[in-house]
Amino acid sequence: MTEGFALQCPVPLPPGASVLLGHGSGGKLTQQLIREVLVPILDETGSSELARLGDAAVVRVGDVRLAFTTDAFVVTPAFFPGSNIGELAVNGTVNDLAMMGARPLFLSAALILEEGLPLEDLGLVVTAMAEACRRAGVQLVTGDTKVVERGSADGLFVITSGVGLVPEDVELGPERARPGDRILVSGPVASHGVAVMSRRAGITFEGELASDTQPLTELVEAMLAAGEVHALRDATRGGIASVLNELAEASGVAMVVEESEIPVLPPVRAACEMLGLDPLYVANEGVCVAVVAPEDAEAVLAAARRVPAGAGAALVGEVLEGPPKVSLRTSLGTTRPLLMLAGDQLPRIC
Amino acid sequence: MRFIDEYRDDRIARALIEEIHRTATRPWTLMEVCGGQTHTLIRQGIDELLAPTITLVHGPGCPVCVTPLALIDEAIAIAKRPDAILCSFGDMLRVPGSSEDLLMARAAGGDVRVVYSPLDALEVARRNPDRTVVFFAVGFETTAPANAMAVLQAARLGIENFALLVAHVLVPPAIVAILVSPGNRVQGFLAPGHVCAVQGWREYEPLAREYRVPIVVTGFEPVDLLEGILMVVRQLEEGRHEVENQYVRAVRRDGNRAAQAVVAEVFETCDRAWRGIGVIPKSGLRLRAPYRRFDAEVRFPREGAPASESEICMAGAVLTGRVRPDQCPAYGTRCTPSSPLGAPMVSSEGACAAYFLAGRPPAEVPA
Amino acid sequence: MCLGVPGRIVEVYTEDGVRMGRVDFGGITRAACLEYTPEADVGSWVVIHVGFAISVVDEEEARRAYELLAEMGNLEDIDLPQSPEGVRAEDYRPGGPR
Repeated sequence: MTEGFALQCPVPLPPGASVLLGHGSGGKLTQQLIREVLVPILDETGSSELARLGDAAVVRVGDVRLAFTTDAFVVTPAFFPGSNIGELAVNGTVNDLAMMGARPLFLSAALILEEGLPLEDLGLVVTAMAEACRRAGVQLVTGDTKVVERGSADGLFVITSGVGLVPEDVELGPERARPGDRILVSGPVASHGVAVMSRRAGITFEGELASDTQPLTELVEAMLAAGEVHALRDATRGGIASVLNELAEASGVAMVVEESEIPVLPPVRAACEMLGLDPLYVANEGVCVAVVAPEDAEAVLAAARRVPAGAGAALVGEVLEGPPKVSLRTSLGTTRPLLMLAGDQLPRIC
Repeated sequence: MRFIDEYRDDRIARALIEEIHRTATRPWTLMEVCGGQTHTLIRQGIDELLAPTITLVHGPGCPVCVTPLALIDEAIAIAKRPDAILCSFGDMLRVPGSSEDLLMARAAGGDVRVVYSPLDALEVARRNPDRTVVFFAVGFETTAPANAMAVLQAARLGIENFALLVAHVLVPPAIVAILVSPGNRVQGFLAPGHVCAVQGWREYEPLAREYRVPIVVTGFEPVDLLEGILMVVRQLEEGRHEVENQYVRAVRRDGNRAAQAVVAEVFETCDRAWRGIGVIPKSGLRLRAPYRRFDAEVRFPREGAPASESEICMAGAVLTGRVRPDQCPAYGTRCTPSSPLGAPMVSSEGACAAYFLAGRPPAEVPA
Repeated sequence: MCLGVPGRIVEVYTEDGVRMGRVDFGGITRAACLEYTPEADVGSWVVIHVGFAISVVDEEEARRAYELLAEMGNLEDIDLPQSPEGVRAEDYRPGGPR
């Protein structure tokens, strides 16, 4: 055995390990933390709904099926092209509910404010939240506010929870993808991550970049009305690649996607080229992946495209038999795996 | 994107692949030097489409991979100092040092910042006059002009709280080291396009002559690489060994004189240890005497334990093309991008990472 | 080793005594140092590496070389990507104008 080479493996977590930034990236490390540390302990409390790891939990309360979700928003900087953390916080939770087929109804918001945060900034964030609620057709009905010392919160953190009602005839879940299904992406990818990065210190560029944050409720309704949708998942951190892997894993299926079919806006692609980033792994806030029964794929695509949030929708691949894995087919016809992101995708030089 | 997209046209790519197979009358072994080129070749599966006619051997063109272990440890030590800020390209953050990497140093409270350009690091120095900002100056000849300008600017503007941790390496000495190593199978080279955009290709001419190998300066997109490979194969078939230029849109024979002049003003050549390979004489750059005050190794002399490398990692053999990444016994098992034993598995331009992320399985017969 | 991206200079200015440019990469722009490409000006295409222009793109050479490639690939006409001018901000917004 080697001596003197005690490289600390971030994965799995040995005793004495601590949380790394990579655990929040939405990729493999995040999944590991959730599956191996959090869920086993927390699952004791309930219904096994937690272990399903859907975007929202769907629970029965008497005659109704309630969708319930929570999400924490810690994006830095809090203000970025096209939006701010407030709008993100509302849309993110609304979308998690929509992904389970629920009509989002009520939201709560907890604000963690850093000492010294200008009240004007707080005002802008909260105004954006109100506007986003109006746009999404939800009501913010309760909340909480805490203040922490300077240095503890990057300005502010926002945590939203939401509830909605799932119609009886809607059955969606990450475990429901079947071989033969077609895969749809609702719009151009990587816009959000690139917009956020454009302001982060050390990596600055300007141009017509905007976060794609938007409520997807109308889009989901249109798709569900047009055909048989098996699974929906909104792509956030970790990008499209992570969502595809999560769906493949949950459903126990393989997937193949065509690299040239995945929509990306030109300036976003240019930014990714410049920074050496793969758009498939960059964060989104207004894009979802839908797994659709093959006979309904074209109809669902057409329905998506008629709604503003789905204007750029595309069919990008299909579900196959086989052990869970996701493959990417290049325009040359060669194939490579689309692996789960390990840690953070860092811009590279070369 | 102009000057990129049209070089990804798959109709042209397929035509070039067919032409390469038609032109070669026997198998040839070529080396692409640059990590960026390796990345494209593997990700697009071009090596598979050219096999078995063409065998591609991957060279040491990943400056992140060849940065000496001792310098990584030094960077980590600097990052942990309360009176310093360590700025670096993103690539370097997960490269294993003797016992940790820069990302872990940051998690432990070190001030480590990712920057896109050395001028950004200079800006950090301007905004933090009470601390020394050290920029981890890693790279080949392509990046030296940028680092040289940062030092010149620091001198001109009186930004004295700025330093470079210099880890520059040069390509031609590495090519020579590969050509003279026993058992070298490489018959032709794709020279790195952007290194040559700066340097030109004059210095490759004596190599082509003396070692009788064709060298083609090549770009980075699939069509560029395939055209470059075709040009090498044509030379090999015709018994020629010259330097040619595929990357005509960006490279001229004399290169960028203005950039070369500034580099010569700020830097001089020196011997340099290449991680995994060893010392290659006159293969590195260091700051010249008038600029030595901007040298981080002078500001923060190295102390502490000597660097210790993994005994399992075969980076040296991989970087010189003697072993393919999938042939390393640790590939994909003990060594993966999430738990790398060496640099080539963690750098996005490293050959091991390129293979792993492209899903190449471990070889049947390990090295 | 060499993440170099081609972009078009849309503005030239001086900052701290150094010749700088605003470079358009097809919808995004970023500042880059032009000290190493004194012959480049507004409208020139340059290759940018870590915030520095290291080479001016020879458009004529590129066109000539590409024509040969296109012939080889049996491309009927060369469909070169459009220059960034003439594209509006709204076109870049996901889902169209708000």
